[in-house]
Amino acid sequence: MENDELIPAKDFCIYHNIEYSFISSLQNSGLISITSVEKTSFISTDEIQKLEKFVRLHYDLDINLEGIEAINHLLEKIEDMQKEILQLRNRVMD
Amino acid sequence: MDFVDYYKTLGIDKDASADGIKKAYRKMARKYHPDVNPNDKEANKKFQQINEANEVLSDPEKRKKYDQYGENWKHADQYDQARQQQQQRGSGGFGGFGGFGGSNFGGSEYTYSSGDEGNFSDFFESLFGNAGRRKSQAKYRGQDYNAELQLSLTEAYTTHKKTLTINGKNVRITIPAGVENGQVIKLKGYGSPGANNGPNGDLLITFIIKNETNLKREGNNLFKNEDLDLYTAVLGGEKTIDTLSGKIKLKVTPETQNGTKVRLKGKGFPVYKKEDQFGDLYITWNIKLPVNLTQRQKELFTELSKLSS
Repeated sequence: MENDELIPAKDFCIYHNIEYSFISSLQNSGLISITSVEKTSFISTDEIQKLEKFVRLHYDLDINLEGIEAINHLLEKIEDMQKEILQLRNRVMD
Repeated sequence: MDFVDYYKTLGIDKDASADGIKKAYRKMARKYHPDVNPNDKEANKKFQQINEANEVLSDPEKRKKYDQYGENWKHADQYDQARQQQQQRGSGGFGGFGGFGGSNFGGSEYTYSSGDEGNFSDFFESLFGNAGRRKSQAKYRGQDYNAELQLSLTEAYTTHKKTLTINGKNVRITIPAGVENGQVIKLKGYGSPGANNGPNGDLLITFIIKNETNLKREGNNLFKNEDLDLYTAVLGGEKTIDTLSGKIKLKVTPETQNGTKVRLKGKGFPVYKKEDQFGDLYITWNIKLPVNLTQRQKELFTELSKLSS
């Protein structure tokens, strides 16, 4: 099994100058997953890219949590559709 | 150098309040931000223009100077003269024109990188000089690059190295055996460079696997239909079969029926990233009846027929 690299959520907050409550609310809405070891919260490095995007959407564009959820959902749909287009294109080329 | 109407870029009037500028910027930025427009170069370009407009109009001092410059825009000769004087002195910005000191705006850079640059227009640079740029705290991750790589089924069977040219850079990758059609491999940091010390984007390679063989692949298992002559099927014997790992000799049990499936354990496709693990190969016997029988053969078949009835 591959090992996950985890970074403390506190370090992420300090680096990006954000409050932990934002990360916590993202976790509560199921947008990211946090790993808790005893009383310390950790973020998997796989989640960092997604989390940074949410931070930009919230702090740079003033989008609230509900907006982030909607955007994330639509972006996932776009990604799925782009993959489907690619597969169909490959099938046509075969 | 084209005049850039920052008010028009943000869709506001010249007398817009600071709050109005902020609202307009937010509205436009939400629409064109690279995070909500992945892989959209046009949106990216538009976002840079919006940033540039906001950069100037949200700063009262810069806005004031921009407004003055706008009014004097038609005096192109005067402008050129001022620029020449400024160049002769070797300093940045419009030192000789209406007090456009090159170092007035504190200095660094706000960028969003998309891989193809020119983040600020020539107009902005002429107006505020290089030193006129401001650094935002925002760090941006570079864009991801997407590439497709076509492989034959035989190539996908073995681990091998391939060199790709992506955006002029040679990227040598190792493709593990067992890669599947449509599978994406992410090379972290091989995408577009990040901005403001942000991380680089990733390179996403989608594998397109063309099957040039008469094998059918389902996951790690391979399926093949193999012709078998009637006599070997009835009497039993040996049959040599081509597989991706070479030829193998297979024992045929006597009285093999048409459509009989034989499973060859571990002779299928390699399991992705699992060394020495393979799927199975399934052979389906397709028994071929003899044609163009000789008189003698016909007599023998008749005899056989009589025996069995």
